[in-house]
Amino acid sequence: MTTLASPKNGSRRRPLSRPFNWRRAIALTLLALAVAVSILPFYWVLRTALSSNGSLAANSANLLPADFNLGAFKRVFGLQSAADAIAEGGSGASINFWQYLWNSLLFSGITTACAVFFSSMAAYAFSRLRWKGRDAVFSLFLATMLVPPIFTALPNFLLIKNLGLLNSMLGLVLPYLFMTPFAIFFMRQFFLNMSREVEEAAMLDGAKHWRIFFQIIMPNAAAPIATLALLTFMGQWNEYFWPLLVGTSEESRVLTVGLGVFKSQSPQGAPDWSGLMAATLVSATPVLILFAIFGKRIVNSIGFNGTK
Amino acid sequence: MLGLILFYLVPTIRGIYLSFTEYSILGDPEWIGTRNYERIAKDPLFWNALGVTSEYVVINIVLQTALALGLAILMHRVAKSTLVRGALLMPYLMANVIAALLWFWMLDYQIGIINQIIEWTGLPRVAFFGSEQWAIPTQALINTWRHMGYTALLIFAGLQAIPNSVYEAASIDGSKAMSTFWRITLPLLRPVLVLVLVVTVIGSFQVFDTVAVTTAGGPVNATRVLQFYIYQRAFNEQDFGYGSALAVILFLILAIVAFIQMKFLRGNQSDLD
Repeated sequence: MTTLASPKNGSRRRPLSRPFNWRRAIALTLLALAVAVSILPFYWVLRTALSSNGSLAANSANLLPADFNLGAFKRVFGLQSAADAIAEGGSGASINFWQYLWNSLLFSGITTACAVFFSSMAAYAFSRLRWKGRDAVFSLFLATMLVPPIFTALPNFLLIKNLGLLNSMLGLVLPYLFMTPFAIFFMRQFFLNMSREVEEAAMLDGAKHWRIFFQIIMPNAAAPIATLALLTFMGQWNEYFWPLLVGTSEESRVLTVGLGVFKSQSPQGAPDWSGLMAATLVSATPVLILFAIFGKRIVNSIGFNGTK
Repeated sequence: MLGLILFYLVPTIRGIYLSFTEYSILGDPEWIGTRNYERIAKDPLFWNALGVTSEYVVINIVLQTALALGLAILMHRVAKSTLVRGALLMPYLMANVIAALLWFWMLDYQIGIINQIIEWTGLPRVAFFGSEQWAIPTQALINTWRHMGYTALLIFAGLQAIPNSVYEAASIDGSKAMSTFWRITLPLLRPVLVLVLVVTVIGSFQVFDTVAVTTAGGPVNATRVLQFYIYQRAFNEQDFGYGSALAVILFLILAIVAFIQMKFLRGNQSDLD
């Protein structure tokens, strides 16, 4: 409105006031929309998990839970009698949710601890030690990052089967135990940038590689190690393909695989939506908690991949 | 070191060896030369899988890269807040299985919320997972939802690495916003974009989890993507030799794609130096 006051004044102000704000408003709206698309599905999962199956169909678009109750969560944790579960649309068959949760924890915990430790050692060898053929071997390592997991999964599956370790936790964790190319690559970047001086001083004092690694390198790399452990743990928690092949018994089935079973376990035809969503939510909880605590670290670690 | 040799190098070589054999887990592998590959060339299901996978990859790349680039620019210009970045990253932290189940529910034909919304706008309901026409785009959409924020963050990191002086110089030369974007931002972003493209393409070719959880290859063969086909051949039909040969083909495709992208887009050189 005021732009009409004087042409001179208006032309000077225009790039700053109205058109600029318009564009900014549109940009903010788009960004808010993207955030909403990212987050709202999680609310919908929660809302469904707190509903009862019977009322879901009639109130399928209600923003609040339909017939609010905790039955679905009880079903997931096995706290509901079979008769009640069937009445509420569940399968009646118990799913060993606690067992799967424990398996997931074991699988992710063991592989994370071992992989981070061994990868750090390998990264140390690739960055701080000088030996013949080092760079050639490292290129080979990097090349293995290109090999699609399914390609190694087939022979690995046969190996685990021949060792008689199918459907055991050991068979499940074995291929991940030692190291992954990504972890080595990740740690190597940090080790390369560490200064040599302290290390050389320690060497003059007669420290061996073991001592240097444990007393100088590892403590100084605490932050990247924590980040790597975090990323590895989340990745392992979400892993599906390998556990699907190897861990199909109750003793070795992890949550991701268990969810798939849960989905196909409904005899009435219609899936137990609220139970399924409750299970989904509980399965995602550890990652959500980690994200709530270490969110900044996780977000910042993404830039590392892009710029390095 | 040992672990890598044991679980990466040896399996790779063994996988290649198996692809030249007939092996049904019960007996020993039997060398049959290139017969598996001849079979693949004449296998209509393989060609279907390749076509379906390509469709998925193309939709995925176009959608994901375009959206992520837009988001990255928005973040760079109007809101650098960690909260926004964290929110956009949330889907990426979920397991594929969880993303699949979540959307399987939201896109349900009968009582899914998305179909409710579609109905309000007066359009007919869409059988997202049930129709041959929609099944693959739906899978691609789920994947885009999961990865959009992550990809945007990668590009965002690239944007922040571009020094301000470049933009100042451009504006002194009288460059308009659009031409600055096309002539300066995009070219300087190239290394990051190449990385993003390579990662996206390689990742999309290996789509499995969402398909396995939602449609399991159906309707008919509409979502029988390569990796799912390999899985079925090797583990459901115990045909490990043929499965390995298919895996070799997938491996070759990925290697070629990565090689072309690196060469064509000169990914390892930055224009910033």
